Amino acid sequence: MDIVVLIKHVPDTGAVIRLTADSADIAREDLKMVLNPYDEYAVEEALLLRERHGGTVTAVTLGPEEAQEALRTALAMGADEAVHLIDAAFAGGDALATARALAAALRRIPHDVILCGKQAVDDEVGEVGAAVAQMLGIGQALGVIRLEVEGTAFTAERPVEGGTEVVTGSLPAVITCTKGLNEPRYASLPGLMKAKRKEITRLGAADLGLPADQVGRQGSRTRRLDLSYPPVHSAGKVVGTDAGACGELVRLLREEAKVL
Amino acid sequence: MPSILVIAETRDGTVRPTTLEALGEARRLGETLGLPVHAALIGSGITALAADLPGTAKVFTVDEPALADYSSDSYAVVAGQIVAESGADLVLLAATARGRDLAGRLAALLGAGLAQDCTATAVVEGELCLIRPVLGGRLRERVVCTGSPRLVTLRPKAFAAGPAAPAGEAVKLPVALDPSGIKAAVRQFLPAAGSLDVAEADIVVSGGRGVGGPEGFALLEQLAQVLGGAVGASRAAVDSGWRPHTDQVGQTGKVVSPRLYIACGISGAMQHLAGIEGARCVVAINRDPQAAIMQRADYAIAGDLFQVVPALVEALK
Repeated sequence: MDIVVLIKHVPDTGAVIRLTADSADIAREDLKMVLNPYDEYAVEEALLLRERHGGTVTAVTLGPEEAQEALRTALAMGADEAVHLIDAAFAGGDALATARALAAALRRIPHDVILCGKQAVDDEVGEVGAAVAQMLGIGQALGVIRLEVEGTAFTAERPVEGGTEVVTGSLPAVITCTKGLNEPRYASLPGLMKAKRKEITRLGAADLGLPADQVGRQGSRTRRLDLSYPPVHSAGKVVGTDAGACGELVRLLREEAKVL
Repeated sequence: MPSILVIAETRDGTVRPTTLEALGEARRLGETLGLPVHAALIGSGITALAADLPGTAKVFTVDEPALADYSSDSYAVVAGQIVAESGADLVLLAATARGRDLAGRLAALLGAGLAQDCTATAVVEGELCLIRPVLGGRLRERVVCTGSPRLVTLRPKAFAAGPAAPAGEAVKLPVALDPSGIKAAVRQFLPAAGSLDVAEADIVVSGGRGVGGPEGFALLEQLAQVLGGAVGASRAAVDSGWRPHTDQVGQTGKVVSPRLYIACGISGAMQHLAGIEGARCVVAINRDPQAAIMQRADYAIAGDLFQVVPALVEALK
C-alpha cells in the first residue's frame, strides 16, 4: 500500500505569540516550531496501515527550509520517505495555492491513501485536505476518529454535531485525522538517528510544472489584511470563597448576566 | 446580477439552526451590500423545506434519490452548478462538520477563496472583510477573498438568525448525476447516546483536573441536568481517561459558544480558553484564586468545587 501523509510545521500551541510591528504576521524569531499536532495522528495512522497492509509511508510538506524538521519528525516516527516542496514561489500561498502544489506533487507520488491532520493549529483553516481531494478527483473523509481499509475501499467514522457519521468510499481517498483516532508513538532513538541521515527529496514549482500564477501569493484567492489581539477580558467578579456564595451567584446570573 | 447564496444543511427533514444563523447574516449583508439572498437545498425529499428559509428571494433545490446520502464529492458538484445558475458571488455556509466538509471541496472546484470559520464580518469601503480566530484564538485575522465567487463559512452560534419573513420561490434545478461516480458518502448517522453535544448546548458545565477523577463528574452531571445543559471536560480530564474525547473543550477539542459556561476545577490553560472564546458568560469554580481561568471568568467562586457545586444545585432548584 502506498500511504502518503501531508504534514505542516507550525508554532507550538504553548508558545508565546507576538505580532510583528506591521501586524502582518507573527514574530518568528525564537518561536518554537513543531509537527502539527493533528498531523501526528495522521503519521501514526499511516504507520499502522503499513503494519497491517505492508507498503511505504511517504511524508510530504510544503514550507520554507525549517519545515524539513517536520519531515525529520515523521521519519523518526517511522516514515520511509520524505518530500519537501520548497520554492520562493510558494511563499504566501493560502490553502488553495498550497493544495495546488501538493496535488501536483501527489500526481507524481503513488498514493492509495492520503492522510493529513484535520487542520493546522496556526491558521486553523482545515481546507487543504478537501481541496487536494477535489483536485485529484478522489473521495474524502474529514476529522476521522476511526478508519478501516479493506482492499480498495475504506470505512471511517467522524464526529459531527450530536453524533457520529459513518463514511464509506473508494480508494484512493483523502482522510484527515483528529484526536481519538490513535495514540501517536514517540520517535525512537534509532528512528531519530536514521531520520537525521535520510535524504529528503526536494521539489520546486518548475519540477511540478506549476506556473507562478498558480502558487504562492499569486495563486491565492484569500488575502490577510492584518492580525490583531482579541479584546482583553476584564477580570470578573469574585462572588465568594465557599458554598455560601451560591445564592448570590445565581442572583447575578439571573439578574445581571441574564443567562438563566 | 450578483447575489448571496446560502447553502442549507438539513437533518431528519428539518433545516439546521446553524443554517438559519447563516441566513440571518446573509440577509444583513444583503441589506448592506444591496444584494438579493438565495438559498440552496440539496438532498432527497427536501423540496418542501424551501418554505423554512425566511428572507430568501429564491430557493434553488436539487432533489434526487442519488443525493439521499450526503457525499462531499457529489454535493460539491451540485453546489457548483447552483452557484453558477444563481449568479452568486458570495456563498455562505455554517462552519459545521458538514459545512466545512463541503466548503473546502467547493472552493477547490470553483478556484474560489474560502474564509473559514468566521466569527464576524465587516464591510469596509464597500469591501467585505471576514474576521476569524487563529492560533487557538490568541489572535484575530482579518481577511478578504479575492476573485469571484467568494466562500465564507460562519462559526456556529456566532451569528443570530434573522426575523421571520416569507421564503422565496422554490426553483427546482435538474442536475444529471451519475450515482456510480460517487466516491465517498455518509452511509449512517449514529446519534450520541442520550447526552447533549457540548458544541450545541446553550449551557455547559465543564470539569478539569480539579475534579480529581471520573466519579467527581457525577456532581457536574447533576448541575448540568438542573440547568438543562451538557457536560464538557478539559484536555487534562480527557487525557486522564475520565471523560470521552467527544466531551473535550479546547483548541484540540471542541469550540463551544454557550450562553453560560461553568468551569469547575479547570485551571484555564490557553488552549482551553481558545475553546470557550465564544461563551457569553463564564463562571469559574476553583480553589486557586490565581488560576488563569479566574481572569477570563465573568464570575468566580474561589472555593472547593465539591462544596460549591452541590450548593449551586440546591440554589437552582
